Amino acid sequence: MSTARTRLTPEVAIVGAGPAGLRAAQELAPAVPGEVLVLDREQQAGGIPRHCDHPGFGIRDLHRFHSGPDYARRMVDSAERAGAVIRTGAMVTGWSADGGLEVTTPDGLFEVHAEAIVLATGARERPRTARMVPGDRPDGVYTTGQLQNLVHLHHRKVGTKALIVGSELVSWSAVLTLRDAGCDTVLMTSEHPKVESYALFSVPGKLGLRVPVRTRTKITRIIGKPRVEAVEVEDLATGRREVVPCDTVVFTGDWIPDNELVRAAGLALDPGTLGPVVDTELRTERPGIFAAGNVLHPVDTADIAALDGKQVAASVLDHLREKRHPSEKSIRIVADEPLRWISPMVRRVGDRRPARNRLLAWVDHYVAFPRVVATQNGRVVAEKRLPWPAAPGRVFRIPGDLLDAARPGEGDVHISLRR
Amino acid sequence: MTSAHDTEIVDVAVIGAGVVGSAIARALAGYQLEVALIESRCDVGDGTSKANTAILHTGFDAKPGTLESQLVSRGYHLLKAYADETGIPYEPTGALLVAWDEEQLAALPGLQEKAAQNGYAETEIVGPDEVYRQVPTLGPGALGGLTVPGESIICTWTTNLALATDAVRRGTRLMRSHRVESVTVGSDETVLRTNRGDVRARWVVNAAGLGSDVIDAQFGHDRFHLHPRRGELLVFDKQTRPMVDKIVLPVPSKLGKGVLVSPTIYGNVMLGPTAEDMTNRSDTSTTEDGYEFLREKGERIMPQLLREEVTATYAGLRAASDAPDYTVEVDAAQRYAVAGGIRSTGLTSGMAIAEHLLGLLEKAGLELHEREDLPDAPQMPNIGEAYLRPYADSDRIAADPAYGTVVCFCERVTKGEIRDAMNSTIPPCDLDGLRRRTRAMNGRCQGFYCGANVTEMLQDGERKAHR
Ligand SMILES: Cc1cc2nc3c(=O)[nH]c(=O)nc-3n(C[C@H](O)[C@H](O)[C@H](O)COP(=O)(O)OP(=O)(O)OC[C@H]3O[C@@H](n4cnc5c(N)ncnc54)[C@H](O)[C@@H]3O)c2cc1C
Ligand SMILES: Cc1cc2nc3c(=O)[nH]c(=O)nc-3n(C[C@H](O)[C@H](O)[C@H](O)COP(=O)(O)OP(=O)(O)OC[C@H]3O[C@@H](n4cnc5c(N)ncnc54)[C@H](O)[C@@H]3O)c2cc1C
Repeated sequence: MSTARTRLTPEVAIVGAGPAGLRAAQELAPAVPGEVLVLDREQQAGGIPRHCDHPGFGIRDLHRFHSGPDYARRMVDSAERAGAVIRTGAMVTGWSADGGLEVTTPDGLFEVHAEAIVLATGARERPRTARMVPGDRPDGVYTTGQLQNLVHLHHRKVGTKALIVGSELVSWSAVLTLRDAGCDTVLMTSEHPKVESYALFSVPGKLGLRVPVRTRTKITRIIGKPRVEAVEVEDLATGRREVVPCDTVVFTGDWIPDNELVRAAGLALDPGTLGPVVDTELRTERPGIFAAGNVLHPVDTADIAALDGKQVAASVLDHLREKRHPSEKSIRIVADEPLRWISPMVRRVGDRRPARNRLLAWVDHYVAFPRVVATQNGRVVAEKRLPWPAAPGRVFRIPGDLLDAARPGEGDVHISLRR
Repeated sequence: MTSAHDTEIVDVAVIGAGVVGSAIARALAGYQLEVALIESRCDVGDGTSKANTAILHTGFDAKPGTLESQLVSRGYHLLKAYADETGIPYEPTGALLVAWDEEQLAALPGLQEKAAQNGYAETEIVGPDEVYRQVPTLGPGALGGLTVPGESIICTWTTNLALATDAVRRGTRLMRSHRVESVTVGSDETVLRTNRGDVRARWVVNAAGLGSDVIDAQFGHDRFHLHPRRGELLVFDKQTRPMVDKIVLPVPSKLGKGVLVSPTIYGNVMLGPTAEDMTNRSDTSTTEDGYEFLREKGERIMPQLLREEVTATYAGLRAASDAPDYTVEVDAAQRYAVAGGIRSTGLTSGMAIAEHLLGLLEKAGLELHEREDLPDAPQMPNIGEAYLRPYADSDRIAADPAYGTVVCFCERVTKGEIRDAMNSTIPPCDLDGLRRRTRAMNGRCQGFYCGANVTEMLQDGERKAHR
């Protein structure tokens, strides 16, 4: 019985070969003298886009639409061409006592010590259990991630009649995947009163999907053994319950970062995102540890994750070259209702603006023409009316300028919305 | 798993491959006997034995003088020794009974006294400071407690599987997916009619769990009646494990042991169970009311825990009986034995029930001749978090890289372990069976990442098995 680990010492270690990690690697590999090592626990690099077999990737970073798998391949190629070393089938399971990454691979156990570590572990959907939906525990209950893996990577059949819980962008992605697998979507539900106003008019319209959507509707029970037979749904307005027959249930959206390594390192979690607290340069509170992508904002599109990768690469380089030390003077950014979270969460004096000069946020209610307000110490320091709506189920983007008037030392900046 | 043996007669047929039936079959197969273990489901341990709170009880709070009390404390020692021999994971965490009001506080000395009557003398009454020193995450208001240092957590799945595997390796004929539907007792053999043909046996042991009173009636008895008492549980994310390092018990009431907070052998924390009397013997669904009740209790016991993510929820059915004790009896004339009404302690007492029942059977005329050719006890794969698991074992990975390929990320289950489960003495018949053998897909993502891969490996394994 032994747990001996082989020591590796790349200059930069990146955990996660999704869009965020790969783009960071692509930027860093030519710029640092040492090795840039990307670790991923999957057998293939590329992250989530590998199994999103539909177009819709890359518009903000590659300026053209790609399918998920195509996008993933391009990201992997670019990182490798830039000289990054990608190791798949390599799972980071924890931290050694002196801050190294503990890694399991078929070639043995490794301990990775690097000058800088970027956590780009992504996010996943909460499954049925985490959402505490009672009832029987039959087969045929999935998350979108599992569904896409089954259908696109393993070419498996699912059922014939699906109910989709949630109506985020990803929920429509689930509809497409089900259609590919020959399964009809009999109902899509949303607890929100208005999420369809976004989704119905754009996505399904463009994709020609005709799916009945019920808003203000909650799933109260799953019925069936050994396979799903029906789902009980409740109309939140009237409390009336109804049983909807189906043989497949897909729980979509409702994201949580893969924050295990963050917590294991003892890094502070943001209570809203449940990812690590970072500043606009994507530094965590521990020098040398950075984070990027969906582990920070669960969940945004792949191109935004990739642009995070670019942002984090710049600040990793500064860290390695000791060019610039992060200022002690900082302001904590706090999301107030109806915002659930905001990312990044810290603004330091003298730092770069956030990626694309946007703060990312998540709303719980639909607001058509929101006015974003920043207050400090109860005083409004900035406000701005935005021409785009704030809608639940997708990231709401807030111009970074809103922080310009905030002063360190005068308390947290609270960001909220007004009609 | 066919019924080609229609014409053969086994010496003993054991009905039910839960913890109790598997322990009995294993014990019988230690003698020169042909044994059959008949299970209606497609896997062993798929009844009550798969869904409980998985505590290896000292028996400190059993009713003194009962058979249950005797067998739980005996079973505690037997199972512990067997776990050491076979590698069933268990952790001697100890337990702390917490009194939240004056009445409960006043009950502690009585409980200590009862423990002593049950032969367990290691308890200690402690004040609130000590309670909070031992479990700092407890909610406010605890007035005192009773320590039970011997209570342990154990892997219920591996226990059942080890006993059944041992039984099979000793020559027991395991007949899964065989449901006993009726019974005909003859002068020197009994015919058990199953949905897949007849099984003939000289002796029959009924260890059918929630079905044991029904089988008992088939033999013409009317001595106990069961009803299911449902227990729902919440399993919290592994990130909560540092909050709880021992079993936190409530002071028991008439309704049973009440809601506890306990670490699990897989590195999670569990809250439950509820206690709800039911009529439907197969309804293991979870309910809104159950969740609500557990949340309310949990909020009081450990509010910090309730802020965390829930990884799994499940429900199990205890075989509650109208008889005041276990029913473990032999009917010599019919060459028939029953071990029924093994309510909420059967995981611990299973091996002791087997030992006790064999004694009764021998007295009733079953000849027990020792075997000299017994195989070694099986070595079970370790799925417990407290011991070295394959993904962290460099020697194992060096010898076989499949143990370095993590398939289920949340539970860190490797390809090697899934392959081993598929090739084991009792391979799984479905995803749930594979989950119980390896933990694959039991984690926080519930298959988001690994579900498709694990399903593929299961089906590949099955295809190979049928070639
Ligand atoms: C079902 C679904 C559909 C989507 N559809 C679209 C779409 O149409 N268009 C779009 O733009 N975006 C879409 N997205 C979002 C997009 O996929 C993500 O924004 C993007 O993948 C995030 O990139 P990331 O690098 O942060 O994380 P991920 O892509 O999730 O990559 C994280 C990587 O980290 C690895 N990892 C995690 N922990 C460890 C560890 N401990 N050790 C080793 N490796 C680890 C994982 O294996 C994974 O490969 C979709 C997402 C989902 C889930
Ligand atoms: C919520 C809960 C918490 C518990 N906590 C603990 C604990 O912490 N510690 C502890 O020691 N115990 C605990 N228990 C009790 C323990 O789980 C049971 O006592 C034990 O599992 C009973 O085992 P069994 O073999 O009698 O029953 P089962 O496991 O139900 O096995 C009986 C088997 O018989 C089969 N069967 C039934 N009818 C037929 C038929 N006609 N033909 C063929 N096969 C048939 C069934 O399919 C089943 O597999 C708990 C129970 C519950 C429900």
